[in-house]
Amino acid sequence: MKIGVFICHCGNNISATVDVEQVAQHALTLPGVVCAHTIPHACSEPGQQLIKKNIQEKGLNRIVIGACSPRVHEATFKRVLAQAGLNPYLLEFANLREQCSWVHEDRQLATGKAIDLIDMAVNKAARLEPLTSSKVDVNKRTLVIGGGIAGIQAALDIADSGHEVALVEKTPTIGGNMARMDKVFPTLDCSACILTPKMVEVASHPNVTLYTYSEVEQVSGFVGNFKVKIRKKARLVDMEKCTGCGSCTLKCPVKAPSEFNMGLDNRGAIYIPFPQAVPHIPVIDKTVCSYILKKKCGLCQKICPTGAIAFEQQDELTEEEFGAIIVATGYELMDWTVYGEYGYGKYKDVITSMQYERILSSSGPTGGHIKRLSDGREPEVVAIIACVGSRDAARGRPYCSSVCCMYSAKYAMLTREHLPNAQVYIFYMDIRACSKMYEEFVQRAQEKYGANYVRGRVSKIFERNGRMVLQGADTLLGQSVELEADLVVLAVGITGTQSTIELAKKLNISHDEYGFLTENHPKLRPVESSTAGIFIAGACQSPKDIPLSVAQASSAASKVLGLISHDKLETSPLVAEVTILKCVGCFRCLSVCPFSAIEEQVLRDGTKVAQVNPALCQGCGLCSATCPPAAIALRGFTDDQLISQMESLCQLNPEL
Amino acid sequence: MAGTSRMKQPASVRIVRLPCTGRINPLLPLRALEDGADGVLISGCHPGDCHYREGNLYARRRLELLQRFLPFVGIDPKRLRYVWVSASEGARWQTIVAEFTQQIRELKARGEAS
Repeated sequence: MKIGVFICHCGNNISATVDVEQVAQHALTLPGVVCAHTIPHACSEPGQQLIKKNIQEKGLNRIVIGACSPRVHEATFKRVLAQAGLNPYLLEFANLREQCSWVHEDRQLATGKAIDLIDMAVNKAARLEPLTSSKVDVNKRTLVIGGGIAGIQAALDIADSGHEVALVEKTPTIGGNMARMDKVFPTLDCSACILTPKMVEVASHPNVTLYTYSEVEQVSGFVGNFKVKIRKKARLVDMEKCTGCGSCTLKCPVKAPSEFNMGLDNRGAIYIPFPQAVPHIPVIDKTVCSYILKKKCGLCQKICPTGAIAFEQQDELTEEEFGAIIVATGYELMDWTVYGEYGYGKYKDVITSMQYERILSSSGPTGGHIKRLSDGREPEVVAIIACVGSRDAARGRPYCSSVCCMYSAKYAMLTREHLPNAQVYIFYMDIRACSKMYEEFVQRAQEKYGANYVRGRVSKIFERNGRMVLQGADTLLGQSVELEADLVVLAVGITGTQSTIELAKKLNISHDEYGFLTENHPKLRPVESSTAGIFIAGACQSPKDIPLSVAQASSAASKVLGLISHDKLETSPLVAEVTILKCVGCFRCLSVCPFSAIEEQVLRDGTKVAQVNPALCQGCGLCSATCPPAAIALRGFTDDQLISQMESLCQLNPEL
Repeated sequence: MAGTSRMKQPASVRIVRLPCTGRINPLLPLRALEDGADGVLISGCHPGDCHYREGNLYARRRLELLQRFLPFVGIDPKRLRYVWVSASEGARWQTIVAEFTQQIRELKARGEAS
C-alpha cells in the first residue's frame, strides 16, 4: 500500500484557517503514507502535474486529497488519477474547505479537525478497491417541459440538429409569459413579432412532437434512459376535426375570467387563449362549462361545422422514453395582495405589471388604449412602484426579480408614446440595468421620455376623489412625498411556481424555498440539475429576462446534444454488489430497491440468489443496509470502509 | 450551502459521507457510539424528497427504532439524533449542529459531575 496525501491551500481559502503544513506532517506518520505534499492550488495545472509526477515516480496506489467539496473537484482529480495510469476510484477526498476552513474560526481547532479528516480519509483509502464502469445505451430523444420562450428555444435547437424532441406544455397553448407581453426591452420590438413565428416553427417542425394541455405524470429511469408518463388532458375538442374557426368561442354563453389577459376581461367556457395561440384550437374549461356541470346548453356542439366538440373525451396517458430532459417551466408573479398598504387588491386602479402589459398590447382587452379599469378614463398621471415583492426580506422575498427596473423604464416610454401628455413617476430603490444596452435604455426613458424617477418606497396607497394617493419618501431629497395618480402599476416580483415544485419532486431534482430549481453548481454547472440527464433553462431557475432565458435554453440544448451524441454512457461503478457465497436468497433487497435493479439469479445447483443490474443501480445502498447476512456491499461505501473512518476518528480524539 | 455561506459551526463535528440515509445500517451509528463517539447526528434529505426516491423513508423507521432501543443497551437516546436538512437549508444545518453539540456537551458535563 503506497498512499500519497495532497493538501490544498486553495489560495488561502483553506490555509488561512488550517495549518496545512502541520496536516501534511501528521499525514506522513500514518500507516501506508509514502508522501504528503501541500499545494497552493491542487486543481491547477502545476498542482495536477505534481500529483501525476508523484504517482508515477513513487508508485503511489492510493491517493488522498484534502481540498474543497468533492462536489466541486472530485471529478477533476479522478481524471488526474486516470491520466497517471491509476484507477480513478483509488481516490479519497477529504473536504477541508466547506466542512472545515470556511465554517470554523479557531485555527487550532480547525487544524485539529483537518488532521482528523485526513486521518479518516487515509484509513478509508487503504480499503479502496479499483472499480470499473459499465456501459448503457443512450436514447436519443429529448423531453422539454414547458412551452415558453426557453422551452421553445431549447426544443428548436435540438430539433434543428436532427434529433427528436417532445415538448410538453400544461396550458392549452405554447408561448408562456412572453406571449402576454407587449413590447420588450431594450429594443422595444413587439413580443408577438419575435415569439409567434418561433411558436409556429416549433409546432410544425418535423422533429418535434407537441403536447399542449398535457402534464408530466410520472418519471422513472435514469440519464440516457428515462421513462415518462404524459397525461394529455381532455380538451373536449377533437384536434383532428377542429379547423380553429372559433365560432364556438363567440357563441358560448358562459363567462369566466381570462387567464391570458390576467383577469382583465372574460372568456367563454370554450375558448382559444389568444388569437395567435398554437395550436389554434379551442379548449373547454370543465370547471365552468354548463354542459359538463348541468348537462344543459351544448351550443358549441350544435354550431360546430365539423362536429369537433367531443364532450365524451377522456384524459389520455402515454408513456415515452427519453435520453434527456430539459425543464423550462418558467415563473409567475408573486401574490402581491400580501401588501396591505397597497390595498390588498381592492383598488381597481392599482394593477400588476403583467396586467399593464395586456393593457398596452394592441391585442389586449382595451385594444391597446391605456384606460383606467374603474371608469375607463385615460390616466393623466401613471405611477409605477418597483420592487413590490422583490428585495423585501420582511415579506419573504429577499432576492431581486432582475427585470422590473427595465420594464418600469419601458412602461414609462410606452405610456408616453400612447399618451404624450401623461406624467409618469417611477418609485424605485436602486436601478439595476447591467446588461448590454440596458443602462442606455433607462437613460433614454429619463432624458427623452421625461420619466420622473423618485428614489424611495411607497408606504401607503389610498383613494381620494377618484384618484389614487401615494404616500412615501424621497430618500434623495430626504423628505416625504405625496402624489396623486390615476393609475398605479406595481412591478410585482417574480416567483417560482407550485407546479414546478411538484414537478421537481417527480423528477427528483432540487428546488429552493421560492420554487426556483437549483442548478448543480452556481458558476460551473448552471444548466445542470442535481440529477444527471435533467437540465434546467429559463426563469424556473431564477428570475431572468428574455435574452438570458434564450441563452440558457440554448446552453441546456447544447448540453443535451453533448449527452446524446454518445451511443453509450459510462455508468458509475459505485453500485451494489452481491457476494454470492453469503446470500441466503431472502430477496429483501429486491423488495426495497427503489430502482428495480435487483434480480433473481438461479445458480447451477438450483439455489436462488440476488444479482444487481449495474446499469439500473443508482448506488443508494438501501439494499446493503437491509441485507440480513450483509451479503450486499455498496462499492465505495462498504461497511469496512465506513467503520474504518469512524474508528480512526474515535480513536484519535478521546476528548473534543 | 452552510459551507459556501461560511456559516460558523462547532469544530467538534466530523462528517462521514454517505450516498443516502438509506445506506445506514443501524449497526453503524451503534458502532460509532461503541467506539467512543459522544454523539451521532444523522442528516439526510426530507422524507418525500429523497434523491434516491425512498431511502430516507426506510431510514426514518430504522433510526426511530434504534433510538428507542438505545436505553436497553445502556446508551442515553439523546446521543443519537436524526434530522432532515436539504442542501439549500444551510441555516437550518447550522442551528441543528450547534444545538446537538450543546446537548452532547451538557450530557458529558452531567456525566462527569456524577
